[in-house]
Formats: sequence, C-alpha cells, structure tokens
Amino acid sequence: MSFQLLLNVVIAVTWMFLRGIWTGPSFLIGFFWGAVMLFVFRRFFPQRFYLEKVFAVIKLLLIFLVELFKANIAVIQDVLRPKLNIKPAIFAMPTKLEKDWEITTLSLLITLTPGTVVIDVSDDNSTLYIHAMNVDDIDEVIKDIQHSFEKAIMEVSR
Amino acid sequence: MTAISDLIIGIIILMGALLTVVTMIGLIRLPDTYTRSHAASKSATLGVLLILVGCLLFFWIKNGSINGQLLLGIVFVFITSPVAGHLLGRAAYYSGSPLWKGTVRDDLKEKQKKRSMSE
Repeated sequence: MSFQLLLNVVIAVTWMFLRGIWTGPSFLIGFFWGAVMLFVFRRFFPQRFYLEKVFAVIKLLLIFLVELFKANIAVIQDVLRPKLNIKPAIFAMPTKLEKDWEITTLSLLITLTPGTVVIDVSDDNSTLYIHAMNVDDIDEVIKDIQHSFEKAIMEVSR
Repeated sequence: MTAISDLIIGIIILMGALLTVVTMIGLIRLPDTYTRSHAASKSATLGVLLILVGCLLFFWIKNGSINGQLLLGIVFVFITSPVAGHLLGRAAYYSGSPLWKGTVRDDLKEKQKKRSMSE
C-alpha cells in the first residue's frame, strides 16, 4: 500500500520534470496519471490496487459516523424513558482479527455502537468482553457486530 | 451571513447542548458504573462534537476561514473519548465495582477468578 503510494508520488514528480511546470495543479495531474498507470499495471503488485483500500477506509469512517448517531438516539431513549427498563449484561465475543490496530479499531467501533462498551480484551487477543446496556438476544448482537464492523475492517487490512 | 445558515448553526449547537444535558440526566439516573459509562462515553462525545462543528461553521461563514484548531479538536475528541470510556469500565471491573442487580449475564467473571487465583 505505502509502496504503491510512494511510486505514485514519484510518477507525479517525474511528470513535473517532464513538463517543467512546478505548481500544485501540475502535481495533481501527474498524480492522476500515475494512479491510472498503477491501475493498468496492478497485476504486477503483490497487494491490491491501493485506491481500493483508500475507499475501504472512507467507508469505515462513514460507518463510524452513522453508528455514533444511532448510538446516541438509543442512549437518549434509554435515559429519558420514565420507567428505567434496561437489561445490562457482560458477554464474550470471539473475534477473527489478529493485528493490534485492527482490534483497537474494532473496540472503538463497538464502544460507539448502540448500547455496547468494551470492558476488556483477553490476553491472547481472541475474545472481546463487552458490556451491553440492553440485551434481549446476545447472539444477535454478536452476529450484527461481526457482519458489519469486522467485515469492514477486514476489507481494509486484506 | 444569511438567515438560513444562522438557523442551521443554531440548531446544531442547541442539539449539542441538549445532548450534554441528556448525558447529565443519564449520569444521575442510571444504576451502576458501567451503564453510566455508556451515557458518558457516547452522548458527551456527540454533544461536544456538535458544538464544535457549530462553531466551525459559524466562523467559516462569518470570517470565510476554516479554523484548523477546531477541526483537530473534533478529531481528537472523536478518537479519545471511547478509549476513556473503555479504560474507566475496565478499571472499575478489576477494582471490584459491583454490577447492577438486574445484570443478566457475566462472562468476564471466569477470567477475573483465574486472575485472582494466580496472584
């Protein structure tokens, strides 16, 4: 990923040398054609075309924002209900993610989702212990998390 | 500065303030440390974020310049406050803060037991 980005910058600078124009827009044009060249030659790189990864990161950010709003609506409903009607629980959730930054990102996302806060991560990084504010069906919560967040994070790191 | 942008910015900042008030009510009403940290780590984040975004928009439209410090502040609050919620919850659990009586299930107890046995 970073190698392809570096290559793209080098191509952009080469473009500026060829044109002899040393301005920001000229760099951007070179960067665009460099991206096109890397896209054409993508099968020579061991990793995926790097812009795909950039889009995956943007998608993750959007999920982050949407979940933040949903979480707040859920908390407001729980707090302002006249009769306190919550069912807290701590449950374990297995995770397939391995790298440290992936698990950190997953915990951040879970902490910002409706009604869940990560309390602990097991020593071998295979289980997250989550405190949920309002659980009717724990398995369903786990499945939801795995489908949306784990998949989005794997998309970035693949 | 048009009336419409005035209205939108006013609504954004008011929503932020209201969310902060809801957080306060949550801190008073909810029964144990963990449920309180739910209210504190979520509503407070979005409340502060909305107020900062409102300020950013206000100075953008009024002065025509984007304030970099406000943008950085938004990003920092966004990243750090869930971590703070997590750390507070974890510290509370391992120092033995009791769960509310209505708590349905506790998977962390096993690990806690093993930990105290080995010490």
